[in-house]
Amino acid sequence: MTYAASTEPLYRLPLGDWVDTAIATITSTFDGFFDGVKTVLLGGYDGLALVFTGPPVWIVALVLVGLAFWTKGWKLAVGALVGFAVIVGVDQWENAMATLALVIVAGAIALMIAIPLGILAARNDRLSGALRPVLDFMQTMPAFVYLIPTVVIFLTGAVPGIVATIVFALAPGVRFTELGIRGVDSEVVEAGQAFGATPGRILRQIQIPLALPTIMAGINQVIMLSLSMAVISGLAGAEGLGRDVVAALARVDVALGFEAGLGVVILAMYLDRMTSALADRAPVSRALKLAAV
Amino acid sequence: MTALRAEGVFKVFGRRPNEAVRRLRDGASREDVAGLGTAAVIDTTFEVTPGEIFVVMGLSGSGKSTLIRMLNGLVRPTAGSIILGEHDLAKVSAAELRDIRRKRVSMVFQHFALLPHRSVLDNAAFPLEISGVDKAERRRRAAEALGMVGLDGWEDSLPSQLSGGMRQRVGLARALAADTDVLLMDEAFSALDPLIRSEMQEQLLELQQTLGKTIIFITHDLNEAMHLGDRIAMMRDGRIVQIGTSEQILTEPADEYVATFVADVDRTRVLTAGSVMVRPKAVVFAAAGPHVALRQMRDEQVSAAYVVDRNRKLLGVVRDQDISAAVRLGPVALVDLTRDEVSAVSTDALLAELFAPAAETPLPVPVIDARGRLVGVIPRVTLLDAMTPTTAEVAVVDPATDPSDAYPIAVGPDLDTELDDLRLTTTGDPR
Repeated sequence: MTYAASTEPLYRLPLGDWVDTAIATITSTFDGFFDGVKTVLLGGYDGLALVFTGPPVWIVALVLVGLAFWTKGWKLAVGALVGFAVIVGVDQWENAMATLALVIVAGAIALMIAIPLGILAARNDRLSGALRPVLDFMQTMPAFVYLIPTVVIFLTGAVPGIVATIVFALAPGVRFTELGIRGVDSEVVEAGQAFGATPGRILRQIQIPLALPTIMAGINQVIMLSLSMAVISGLAGAEGLGRDVVAALARVDVALGFEAGLGVVILAMYLDRMTSALADRAPVSRALKLAAV
Repeated sequence: MTALRAEGVFKVFGRRPNEAVRRLRDGASREDVAGLGTAAVIDTTFEVTPGEIFVVMGLSGSGKSTLIRMLNGLVRPTAGSIILGEHDLAKVSAAELRDIRRKRVSMVFQHFALLPHRSVLDNAAFPLEISGVDKAERRRRAAEALGMVGLDGWEDSLPSQLSGGMRQRVGLARALAADTDVLLMDEAFSALDPLIRSEMQEQLLELQQTLGKTIIFITHDLNEAMHLGDRIAMMRDGRIVQIGTSEQILTEPADEYVATFVADVDRTRVLTAGSVMVRPKAVVFAAAGPHVALRQMRDEQVSAAYVVDRNRKLLGVVRDQDISAAVRLGPVALVDLTRDEVSAVSTDALLAELFAPAAETPLPVPVIDARGRLVGVIPRVTLLDAMTPTTAEVAVVDPATDPSDAYPIAVGPDLDTELDDLRLTTTGDPR
């Protein structure tokens, strides 16, 4: 047989070794920085987790249902109430709240980076060109691969999960923001310029409001990706629904897997409907809807 | 005095604009420099006087949009200068440019460019908000501007609730609220339905009568250009090929391009009575007697004459048969035989307004000046002649070869006099 030769490849690029060395160097060099990051992220996550899990279940659930009613209406509120009842019924409430805290912390930080980056990319073609391959890389790299270096740097727990989630969820936030700003009718931007508006005012009063529906769609994507990554973070030992999913996988426990998985689905639907409802509440979307009536 | 002056302005988009400008100055064509960049505007020079409507007319790709955007610095010229007041827009800093835009020049856009999430009032107040005018004052001035364009009562609506014509009125009100001397209008009415468009044109002319702004209006519609423009600049391939009044462009086109372009224009809405009228042949002073009038008519071979007073003020028309009938009965004054039924037109009446008077009477239409003096006449032939473009061949249909054609396209220039001759023979010699 001739296949024996395949054990000796023609050449071998030691890319993996290089990354490994790089991560090791980074870890030892920026130790203090990473400690700082860890403290901040952990502080935010623990604080939020306490808010969600500290008070009695019914109070937290009612607040979340109330938010649903305020953003969308009674239909979403009823749906959320039923969903949360199911989560409580399968004893996944604590896990769901831990996951929610992780999603919110990671999603918020991802957006704080992604939106300004998207605005800069919309104004600078060179930056936009440089960002594109980086964003492609971030979005297509298998999600749990991010967990490996973050575990090396931050050890196990919620923090590697949060960091990996931020990296993974960043890309659509940047992309949608850039797309939204670039898509604003150039004549309206010209109008701002023609009446002597400063670039800052044009950004604040014309570009961002007009791009808001698209940016909100980006926010929705960031949140949804954060949730999917938060579940994978269970592999790194982050608390929440993900950890039970991983445990169920390891023990081939169909029952637990289904219950924890259902919790993820319900949480995903809640977050998706909430963020799309927020997009519909953008002033521009509302103004255009008025015209259709 | 000039409100705005452009001198040798070039705009080349592309990699090597300055090199392209150098070659264009040396006589290269737009195609020659295509490898260096796109020459949108080439060596353009013009002046706009305060209070005039200056129309830049050209087809798409002629560079007119780039040109108007250089007049408020949205596009910076590659070479040349644009003088607005004491500033050269090609040289000012970004901060100075913003100041000029706030105080000196505002703009109306083709697709209105309103902020969809702001009310009509807040849209109109936007330039004042940018200038830092306080809220009460800017709302008051915006409401006033909306009133000028006839949008009272719509202040709290959103742009999306308005029709296209109303939205552009908001765009116009916004520019008026900024209260600048110079108003740039970029294909402002092109996106509107024809009916709404002419309505807006009338409104603009009406507003202009009271406001007296300096308006630079871009259009690709020649009829619109001729209707609105005090002067028109014809643009082609980045260059201005002719600047003149609509009548000049219509009657003395600078080149073949302009000539073919104006061939389609509805000339009756551009040319005025004053520009086509001819010297009246049969004119008698009221003080002269009936016999003088008759002799003059016979000399000119016509059957009627216009009667004017000592100051050449038009009194009416007198017909040969009336005179012949009257003189048989005894002496009579010419004034008593004069009929005042003729409908005279003023010198600035458009040809379109002349058809009704011309149809009422077989006589040429008399043209009077502001003081009522007879300055010329327009025979029907002249009227028909004026409607035919100077360059176009006049098709002659011979009725003999085509008897089914009841309406010959061309009439002989002597038709009127032939008819008059006929009448003279039937009336006979009064003496």
